[in-house]
Amino acid sequence: MWIYEKKLQYPVRVSKCDPMMAKFLIEQYGGADGELAAALRYLNQRYTIPDKVIGVLNDIGTEEFAHLEMIATMVYKLTKDATVDQLQAAGLGAHYANHDKALYYENASGVPWTASYINAKGDPIADLYEDIAAEEKARATYQWLIDMTDDVDIQDSLKFLREREIIHAIRFREAVEIIKEDRATRKIF
Amino acid sequence: MKMNHEERTYVPFRSPFDPCPPLPCRTYVVPVNQYVVFQPPDLPQFSPAEALKHGTLWPSLYSPYVSRKMKGE
Repeated sequence: MWIYEKKLQYPVRVSKCDPMMAKFLIEQYGGADGELAAALRYLNQRYTIPDKVIGVLNDIGTEEFAHLEMIATMVYKLTKDATVDQLQAAGLGAHYANHDKALYYENASGVPWTASYINAKGDPIADLYEDIAAEEKARATYQWLIDMTDDVDIQDSLKFLREREIIHAIRFREAVEIIKEDRATRKIF
Repeated sequence: MKMNHEERTYVPFRSPFDPCPPLPCRTYVVPVNQYVVFQPPDLPQFSPAEALKHGTLWPSLYSPYVSRKMKGE
């Protein structure tokens, strides 16, 4: 189970009225390398990973939900006061037709989230390498998002999230090192 | 002068028949995590406030990034 803290992991401030940025940010909400996919991937894989590294998947999977909330907050702030005209001009007309201003798990192109974005091979090496790749892909997505806005406040939150992806990738690399070690080998000194 | 020491640059092949004027170069980032196999213990730490701002407790694991839009790219 989880204990919920009623606050964001890191402050989210949005200073520029730019509903189009919401359309791009949704990639990290319901995209293939987004936070939802990350959280569900790790929290699902943790059952069949060696005991020594379950905690890594558990903790990082949990943190991804905190990141999901931050992205949701950005999208909500960018769209809540937008008129229908502004949403249409921002390329969100198709979204509005289906969802009004509700958030939805979809990528920047409007493709709904699907479980086929995530994998669970049951092989610890294969799963951890997928996780490392997922973190680097999310890091790259954050870079392209930072590139597309000149709102320094959104950039600040996105840079925090990007750094977290980098740290997560290190932790998964360390997890690989831990499971590579052959603990059954008797060492005689 | 590079703004980001993690940035790598290369110039892609330029054809005399390219339709658009060439950009100066392509860039990509190689973050610090690529050089850490296993984090050593007792690394120097940020203060808690600085750590929150940077997204990591350890200065040696911090990776800066500058928006390409801000750099005029």
